[in-house]
Amino acid sequence: MTRFESYGMGIPRSDPADLTGWLVVIEGPDGVGRTTHVDLLRKHLERLGYAVAETGLNRSDLASRGIRRAKLGNTFGSNAFNLFYATDFADRLEHQIIPALRSGFVMLTDRYVYSLIARAIVRGADPDWIKQVYSFSLKPDAVLYLRLEVPELAQRALATGGFDYWESGMDLPMGEDIYDSFMNYQSRVIEELDKLAREYGFQTIDASRDIDSNAEDLARRVEAVLAASGRDPVANPFER
Amino acid sequence: MKPQGTYGSNGQGYRGRLFVVEGIDGSGKSTQLTLLANWLRSEGYPVVFSEWNSSPIVKTTTKRGKRKKLLTPLSFSLIHATDFADRVEREIIPSLKAGAIVLADRYVYTAFARDVVRGVDPRWVRSLYRFAVVPTTAFYFRVPLDIALKRILSWRGILKWYEAGMDIGLHDDIQESYMMFQAHILAEYEKLAQEYDLHVMEATLPIEAQQKLLRRAITPHLLNVPRKCDHD
Repeated sequence: MTRFESYGMGIPRSDPADLTGWLVVIEGPDGVGRTTHVDLLRKHLERLGYAVAETGLNRSDLASRGIRRAKLGNTFGSNAFNLFYATDFADRLEHQIIPALRSGFVMLTDRYVYSLIARAIVRGADPDWIKQVYSFSLKPDAVLYLRLEVPELAQRALATGGFDYWESGMDLPMGEDIYDSFMNYQSRVIEELDKLAREYGFQTIDASRDIDSNAEDLARRVEAVLAASGRDPVANPFER
Repeated sequence: MKPQGTYGSNGQGYRGRLFVVEGIDGSGKSTQLTLLANWLRSEGYPVVFSEWNSSPIVKTTTKRGKRKKLLTPLSFSLIHATDFADRVEREIIPSLKAGAIVLADRYVYTAFARDVVRGVDPRWVRSLYRFAVVPTTAFYFRVPLDIALKRILSWRGILKWYEAGMDIGLHDDIQESYMMFQAHILAEYEKLAQEYDLHVMEATLPIEAQQKLLRRAITPHLLNVPRKCDHD
């Protein structure tokens, strides 16, 4: 039985038949705490004996340097950025995600195509086009969507060093100053993520609770996904 | 009518003109485009070149991917689309709006031919390039494979890994692989010539004869294009 399939066009010259791991996506806006939770989940799953791998946006061998360089200038257009991120994603899909799934790992990804689709739409891309671009991506076992209202995101941004240029959509920009732009941009991103949540069946999690409650909630949900596949983890006699 | 959501749905309304030359390396298309540019400039037209794979921001990534052999059919397709998107947004559309004659050395048809031979879905790659401007005229330089190979080897002496399709494992010998891979590409170009009504040029004709045909073919499209000498 094939565990994984693509949303549309398959990956050229690649057969998903032998992929046995789990693909678990943590989605959510900037500053919602995804990175912290990916880290906690990883430790939790490793204690249970699962082998865990991680990836996240702009971590490809192929394109991450190029994207960083492109972000330094101000001439790179939005379609070019959309496709550069798609290149980065494709490289990670084929060189990080698929090899991990083939080896039976739990692949935790800090955002997936959904954030990229949402950001592209907010920057004016046609929703059908950008979804079609990413139609080669594998359907994950679960998408856990950490959701927070924008005023709370703004408070967290203030507490962690202020408003970031890109996270505030200042390339557009969407307001008179970075605060206004942040509020408008993040509201639009969340609006698009909410639509994608309905379309792609995310599990939405209220991230306004304390870290421990959120971590507990995420752990239970991921355990349920792993249990549903009927495969026990390799026993780990060395409890860390 | 092309269905919405595929290349060809982005209409034109720009003052300038876009002429494209297509074909495999060794077809002589770049020589013809240079001669055409010189002539157009001498006639007073503002000319802008746009070459495949030339975005200053993207091409270092493409080069890295090729050198380290990181590129798969999928990422090969996407990085070339990224390069193209950058040039469309920064170079091609603004120049066309300003009334220039844009000359493109390779265009979306290169991707349609190569990527499909590498196993990419033909509909997906056409949708990927949906944002591209449809050219005024696209010329396809048809050349027999043995002639193209002879020209390439006499100019640069070696075949490149990806140009020979070594990434998809057709043959261990690079020259054999090149012949097999490029034969598939020529077959795709022939189909594209039908699908997109490309103007076929026989690239075995003498250079000056081809140039004459090329100039004759574009002349009717130059009506109402502003020339420098028209300014008072």
